[in-house]
Amino acid sequence: MARVRRSAKKKATQDPARRGGQRTVPAPRGGARVKVHLALEVNGETLEVACASHRTLLEILREDLGLTGTKHGCELGECGTCTVLIDGRPELSCLVLGIECEDRPIVTVEGLADGPRLHPLQETFAELGAAQCGYCTPGILCAAKALLDANPDPSLPEIREALSGNLCRCTGYIKIFEAVELAARRLKDPGAKPARETLYGRQD
Amino acid sequence: MMRLPRFRYYGPRSVAEAAGILSDEGPEAMVVAGGTDLYPNMKRRHQTPKTLVGLRRVAALIGVRGATTAGRSGAVSRGGLDRSGGMRIGAGTTLTDLERHAGLRDHYPGLHEAIRTISTPVLRNMGTIGGNICLDTRCNYYDQTWEWRRAINFCMKCDGDTCWVAPGSDICLAVSSSDSAPMLCALGARLHLQSRRGTRAIAAPDLFRRDGIRYLTKRPDEILTTIDLPPPDGWRSAYRKLRRREAFDFPVLGVAACLRFEGDVVAEARLWLGAVSMAPLEAREAQDALIGRPLTRDTMEEAARLAYPLAKPVDNTDFSLRWRKEMTRHFVLEALSACGP
Amino acid sequence: MAGRTEGLARPARALRVVGRPVRKVDGLAKCTGALRYADDIILPRMLFCRILRSPVPHARIANVDTSKAARMPGVKAVLTGPDLPIPFGILPVSQDEHALCVDRVRFVGDPVAAVAAVDEDTAFEAIQAIGVDYEPLRPVFSIDEAIRTPEPRIHDYGDSGNIHKQVALEFGDIEHGFREADAVFEDLVFYEGSTHLAMEQHAAVAQADPDGKVTLWSSTQTPHYVHRALAKVLGMRPAHVRVIACPNGGGFGGKSDPFNHEIVVAKLALITGRPVKVTLTREEVFYCHRGRHPVLMQIKTGVRRDGRIEAMHFRSFLDGGAYGSYGVASTYYTGALQTVTYDVRNYKFEGVRFFTNKPPCGPKRGHGTPQPRFALEVHLDKVAEALKIDPAEIRLRHLVPPNTLTVNSLRVGSMGLRACIEKVVAGSDWKRKFRLLPPGKGIGLACSSYICGAGLPIYWNNMPHTGVQLKLDRGGGVTVFCGEIDIGQGSDTVLAQVVAEILGIEPIDIRIVFGDTDLTPVDLGSYSSRVTLMMGNAAIQAAERAREILARAAAAKLEAPIERIGFGDRRVFDVEQPDRGLTFAEAVQAAEAREGTIGTVGSYTPPPSAAKYKGGGVGPSPAYSYSAAVVELDVDPRTGWVRVERVHLAHDIGRSINPVLVVGQVEGSVYMGLGEALMEEQTFRANRNGVHKFPSMLEYKSPTTMEMPEVITYLVEDPDPNGPFGAKEVGQGPLLPIAPAIANAVHDAIGVRIDEVPITPEKILRAIASPSKRCGPKRIPDFAWHDPIRVPTPWAGVVDPARSGDRS
Repeated sequence: MARVRRSAKKKATQDPARRGGQRTVPAPRGGARVKVHLALEVNGETLEVACASHRTLLEILREDLGLTGTKHGCELGECGTCTVLIDGRPELSCLVLGIECEDRPIVTVEGLADGPRLHPLQETFAELGAAQCGYCTPGILCAAKALLDANPDPSLPEIREALSGNLCRCTGYIKIFEAVELAARRLKDPGAKPARETLYGRQD
Repeated sequence: MMRLPRFRYYGPRSVAEAAGILSDEGPEAMVVAGGTDLYPNMKRRHQTPKTLVGLRRVAALIGVRGATTAGRSGAVSRGGLDRSGGMRIGAGTTLTDLERHAGLRDHYPGLHEAIRTISTPVLRNMGTIGGNICLDTRCNYYDQTWEWRRAINFCMKCDGDTCWVAPGSDICLAVSSSDSAPMLCALGARLHLQSRRGTRAIAAPDLFRRDGIRYLTKRPDEILTTIDLPPPDGWRSAYRKLRRREAFDFPVLGVAACLRFEGDVVAEARLWLGAVSMAPLEAREAQDALIGRPLTRDTMEEAARLAYPLAKPVDNTDFSLRWRKEMTRHFVLEALSACGP
Repeated sequence: MAGRTEGLARPARALRVVGRPVRKVDGLAKCTGALRYADDIILPRMLFCRILRSPVPHARIANVDTSKAARMPGVKAVLTGPDLPIPFGILPVSQDEHALCVDRVRFVGDPVAAVAAVDEDTAFEAIQAIGVDYEPLRPVFSIDEAIRTPEPRIHDYGDSGNIHKQVALEFGDIEHGFREADAVFEDLVFYEGSTHLAMEQHAAVAQADPDGKVTLWSSTQTPHYVHRALAKVLGMRPAHVRVIACPNGGGFGGKSDPFNHEIVVAKLALITGRPVKVTLTREEVFYCHRGRHPVLMQIKTGVRRDGRIEAMHFRSFLDGGAYGSYGVASTYYTGALQTVTYDVRNYKFEGVRFFTNKPPCGPKRGHGTPQPRFALEVHLDKVAEALKIDPAEIRLRHLVPPNTLTVNSLRVGSMGLRACIEKVVAGSDWKRKFRLLPPGKGIGLACSSYICGAGLPIYWNNMPHTGVQLKLDRGGGVTVFCGEIDIGQGSDTVLAQVVAEILGIEPIDIRIVFGDTDLTPVDLGSYSSRVTLMMGNAAIQAAERAREILARAAAAKLEAPIERIGFGDRRVFDVEQPDRGLTFAEAVQAAEAREGTIGTVGSYTPPPSAAKYKGGGVGPSPAYSYSAAVVELDVDPRTGWVRVERVHLAHDIGRSINPVLVVGQVEGSVYMGLGEALMEEQTFRANRNGVHKFPSMLEYKSPTTMEMPEVITYLVEDPDPNGPFGAKEVGQGPLLPIAPAIANAVHDAIGVRIDEVPITPEKILRAIASPSKRCGPKRIPDFAWHDPIRVPTPWAGVVDPARSGDRS
């Protein structure tokens, strides 16, 4: 039986120029291991951290700042799970460098509440079971907050569109839509109630 | 967790400064704007630049000239157009800002639609128009991790020799998957490139090359700075995109149409197909068939019939190739109908 | 028998907590980022693990050279297969996995070596530095290839060649049944594989104690089974191994097996003396898989003019992937539940699972039953059409009656399918739409049933399937200990509601301690829709016992007879003089003063099964849930594009413990069913080493907010005597009718039959273009089936079975 040697080594026969300058080494070894000092404004606080330039905001939030509320599902921008607010806009923390976030206020799920007062979205998501496993919830809450900040009375198509970059595998999104609608109503009328069908299914 | 390889990072404030760094660092350096295309590639080890030049802080790259809404710059004339009667877009402007730009929506609805359909709202908050124009070509054999690609013994586009889509091919068949590129070609946009050696402006189609690896004519030391849209006078434009889901997905077919009417008759026609080849394709015969005739169901069907053979999908995106090819007719028809009076 | 208690026998009192849409007990923790999933655990001195995986589909491992990796700065340990030589697997009959492959790799993605290093970057660089020599073996990637290629075998066990498991059962006399029939119908159907795609990637953290014990935190649905596997492979006493299940960021069956990475980090922690974390990448999660088996099926029925099924012959061919996993059970499940919805008089089932060089299939939401359900419901739609009977009517005419035994001796208790069908028919205005809509618009119906917990545990034992312990605090708090694990379905909340109901307190007064093999009594895990029913019953028992202790003390204190002691509003009181009473905390104090520290236990074992034949372990359940769906959709005949407009789904829940969570489970099941029906595919490139075509969130197509149609949910509540307060399952059943209802609606819309899932636009155009107006499999493999095990029907010997009300 012939032995096939497969290893991580680059194939020697390649002509690098032909590949438009693309590199073949799987991971550069060594390189600049210098850490930069960053002051990030996260949830209204200035937090300082020293990190290498290649670290993403997601990694810094979770691993350096202990803000593990921000989750991740692919780290390639394909699921929306790691969404946070940067300058008030939802962005994917897996595709933003920490060093590009200085001077840009960041809000994570941990910063949605105003002290002990939860944001209406947090309440309605919990109340309607819009957080099932809860893993996509922090990202969706951030996207939904940006929506309500810009549009306090969104229609269902507007909610769908605003949340279309956030995958959820549990809910079929319906309770999420209903929770956003209810939160929008709560912002105007704190006593707003969910529809009976939302809670019990359709009665006849 | 998928993590980035190490690199040195520069955050210049001007294009000249950025161009200077690129020139000094050579081909081991790359520019990054929104990062939504480059960072996933870097995490999958497609590109591992030693140096990254971040363009986020280069203010000159951001904004729409003549804008009525963005308020970032310049003289306003004729409902959001600039002095030439057209529109000038900084390459670093985010897709969301363009999507929300009333002047773009009113005067260039095709480009607006193309931008609106890119990926997801969250990614459009990050991604820039320049990044979408320069989007790396895509292929199911390429857009995979290093480990996965090792299991197929790599491919021609990165680390290997063979194009697995068509093993006999001597060029890489990765697909141009930009939504904006075919539309800018159809609109007759001009693109400005700047390097330490100077600046040059080229017609949008001249940026692209039918080679999945060297898919841009832009030199590694050049930075795409500006997109000039010609005056919209009398032109109608539309874009139709085929994909599995209405969010996230890249096009598996994009049809960009621009028509100018004189009376009922089509005076000029530009029809470009995206995501069916390594570069946007101009459907010349279909254009010719439209010119000088009213835009009737018959003429549109004739154009769709003539455009259809151009689409030669290969097995490197979502959906089966036969069906994708078949869809060209319907989508050309739809795009042309949308340009109708 | 441990199990249901005197609680239900009491005069029905109005329920206060059960049946209320209370907020999930972990709801706010999930909405504030406070809930800790496995990957959120950060321990001092923690190391990071990465796993090197095979780039070849089938090969002998000739040599693994880890020397370079081991020398790299920051690398603390390197493991290879021989370090963990003991095999494991979820089923006792399929102990065929190794933590790291010992001598052979069986699919692209099989784990070969592992590294623990100071950070993930270093671990990643280190696994790249490991050199592996492979001696390639011929791979097989399909059922046909597996039949054609008995050698080399992927495993040395199993039926023969690359046949993992073959089963054949005949209930009654199938030939007789076909002779009794007025017409015979046959279909070939294919259901493509799909994966769970839980948003959370599997993660695990292990920590070794200085005394040599080890603790593992993991995103697992089955901490008890992980505990067993871990102790076995590590060669440690189970008492020295602790497994803590973290809240799962979605499971759907994908975290029900013990996994190699869990064992690897435990070993690395023991070697290094430091905590070790592993978090799989999304690609690696695709390699863990254990998802929906691709199944090719043949269904043949002999039917009377009125639609009654005299005989059904069902065959399934399962493409199992590289390991056993739950596959033997999956194989049986493709045949077991074909009998619990419509009356079948004679039934023959033949099923076979093959080993192929792809990631192993296993249990995904509906485990083994969505595929045959698709086949049956699409087949029945065609039968109804041929017999000119309305599809709703043909089903309503032949429902399995409640409280009967099916042809394969499954005991059906409550059976609410009639009400379910009536709800969706009325709600969708079916009678004015079916076959009456304009071209391109269609409506389709399908039904289904699912188990509420498997009647038997995964390994043979006669202990309870679940246990609940209660600890009552003097302050009025109640701690509930149970090995269950909430994977998003809301089991913590069910537990709190059940206990709160019986003790007259509020769910927020209860602390749940879950999924910890050191602290909590065993619950077998969050699979087979077993938790609400089994844990709920055990919780009722434990709470009733606590209630009795408190009632005794309160009766003494209030000088009232014990029968008059009631519980509610956090009080214990005399029901005839409700203002005479104690606070709940006072009652606890009185009881503690009287009887000492208060702790109670409850447990549950399912009732014995009537299915006393080999293979009869799969299918029996304490209860069966039922669902009916009507789908309304548009099909564009030029493009084949399907747009689902609305789904009506009625579900027989028995009783809703928490209706808003039940509705949420229905909506989520509909969603996952839509994904499978229309776009999701776990497929491989046979010509390129059998690699997964697209192990990514972008190219594995999960529907977004933009694709989700309106869902109208109807709950049918007909309490089941075996369910806690009558409750049945909802987490899996409502997925099952979605794909067949869509296929049937596509036929109603444009007259073509898509006998294959997913139903893609290209298949619809192909069907339109084909003379048969059909797209689907054209043949099944030539396969030599064993003689079936012959099992008499429960009504064998009864003179007129059709008229005997209770055939048991």
